[in-house]
Amino acid sequence: MSSRGTIFRRFTRNRSAICGLILLLVVGILAGLADILSPGRSAEIDLEGSLSPPSLRHPFGTDPFGRDICARVLHGARISLGVGFLARTISLVLGLVLGIAAGYFGGKTDAVLMRLADITFAFPTLLLLIAVMAVVSPGLTSLIATLGIVGWAAVARLVRSQVLSVKERDFVRAARSAGAGDMTIIVRHILPQCISPVMVVYTLGLGMTIMAEASLSFLGLGVQPPTPSWGRMISSGVAFMRTAPWLTVFPGLVLTVTVCSLNLVGDGLRDALDPHLNVGRVDTKGIRL
Amino acid sequence: MIRFVLRRLLLLIPVVWGVLTVTFVLMYIVPGDPVLTLAGERYDEKTLEEMRRELGLDRPLLVQYVEYLGRVARFDLGRSFMTRRPVIESIRERFPRTLILAFSAMAFAVVGGLLIGAFAAWGRIPWLGRTLMAGSLVGVSIPVFWLGLLLIYLFAIKLSLLPPSGYGGGSLRYLVLPAITLSFASLATVARVTRSGVIDSVSEDYVRTARAKGLGEIVVMSKHVLRNALIPVVTIVGTDFGSYLSGSVLTESIFGWPGLGRYIVQAILKRDFPVIQGAVLFMAIVFVLVNLLVDISYGLIDPRVRLKGGGR
Repeated sequence: MSSRGTIFRRFTRNRSAICGLILLLVVGILAGLADILSPGRSAEIDLEGSLSPPSLRHPFGTDPFGRDICARVLHGARISLGVGFLARTISLVLGLVLGIAAGYFGGKTDAVLMRLADITFAFPTLLLLIAVMAVVSPGLTSLIATLGIVGWAAVARLVRSQVLSVKERDFVRAARSAGAGDMTIIVRHILPQCISPVMVVYTLGLGMTIMAEASLSFLGLGVQPPTPSWGRMISSGVAFMRTAPWLTVFPGLVLTVTVCSLNLVGDGLRDALDPHLNVGRVDTKGIRL
Repeated sequence: MIRFVLRRLLLLIPVVWGVLTVTFVLMYIVPGDPVLTLAGERYDEKTLEEMRRELGLDRPLLVQYVEYLGRVARFDLGRSFMTRRPVIESIRERFPRTLILAFSAMAFAVVGGLLIGAFAAWGRIPWLGRTLMAGSLVGVSIPVFWLGLLLIYLFAIKLSLLPPSGYGGGSLRYLVLPAITLSFASLATVARVTRSGVIDSVSEDYVRTARAKGLGEIVVMSKHVLRNALIPVVTIVGTDFGSYLSGSVLTESIFGWPGLGRYIVQAILKRDFPVIQGAVLFMAIVFVLVNLLVDISYGLIDPRVRLKGGGR
């Protein structure tokens, strides 16, 4: 394990990771300022200016209701990023708790939890999400919960393997023989060792979660109108592909840029934390859709 | 080797049982009475009762669960709410088409990815190699459904080279765009891994030997370098098979490809739960079996996996 300073330096020397971080900040700041940049415009209906192509007034053009697509994309960014962060945080907490439980206590707990992870992995991720979202009542809460819960297994498996490799190290044995209880050992010695790999899966998984949200919303199973969502905007643009391609192009472009920069940052973090890992080494099973 | 395969098969049992249970529970938490969805607007209490009895919904949960397991064991996945057609029949009709799409996508990902990766590693035209690698970074992040729409816009609407959607009775022209769309993320990953694999093995002794004995660049590349870079590619394509199945849901609905993925989407729109349940269950089982095959093939390629017994 390298020191914090080295990790930071390795990350900042990685040009594509920095690029990703900057792009991400731009999307994040624009999303945060959406209300100031275009107050109320995402819902403003102007049937006169319906389906107008990109112009200075409407940089991304307008939709069939004359709503400004740029403003809607910015407001959609809030939803996408918000859903992504919340869902990933749920996966993170679940994965940490269950992963540590499986790795630290071993035995039956481990066996049961890992079989549960196997069952989660047995479904292609997006398919499981589709199946769940098709039966629960759609909405933001159920979307976040579903994305969060389905993502537990990848985090838990990673945390578990990290715990297994740390558990028998000297400093943990020393703490144990000094009389530290399980809780103390977990919080003071095991948990800090899990932070860095978890950060990598958090970022990489964030991109995939945002993609999954967009895919579900595209199929009509995610964010419900009138809340703007990139996936939904793309699907409602399909009917206008011939006459107004900007309806589909711009939301998808911003989505791609966001996911791509998250992947760049995640890759950069991974390389900075462990430069010996190769492209395919980290267990991305369950992170890829 | 036989012990290894048997072990993997044994591990399969709890997973398949879990998949069955999850799909059963999913359909049980459907909000509202499924019979009401089935009956639509016109219903009276008596017909509802009859339908419940017919579907076995009036019996205790546990009995329903055991019966469900029994039905699945006999390959009976129920009937569609809408068409009353057995789900398994529709799957049998549609799954081959999804397989055609998935295998074309796989072939495209392997061939395209190897070529692009090897070319980028070769490094003769640096700017093109760099552009392709940057493209592969974007390729992993591009949403399948958006890419599909862009391809339709470019090749079908603007250039009128290929049909925008449909099956065309299996004609190749209809297969091209959906297959490219479905393969894209995989292709990009294969290209990246091939490139780093080739760069690693170019400095190996056996490659230097091959060069030293005067073999041509193409022979060295294909016989010595690429062969070793191929192993991680098998891994990727194997683990990506699930994303072909998932991706087929989006790709097929964009391109109007009448496979299993589109079947699921149509069922979701009509809230046809037995179809969703049956098709998802089927796809998950296929996915599990494919993963098993991939694991076993690692055992064949690499004896270390066999000894560890896990393969993870």
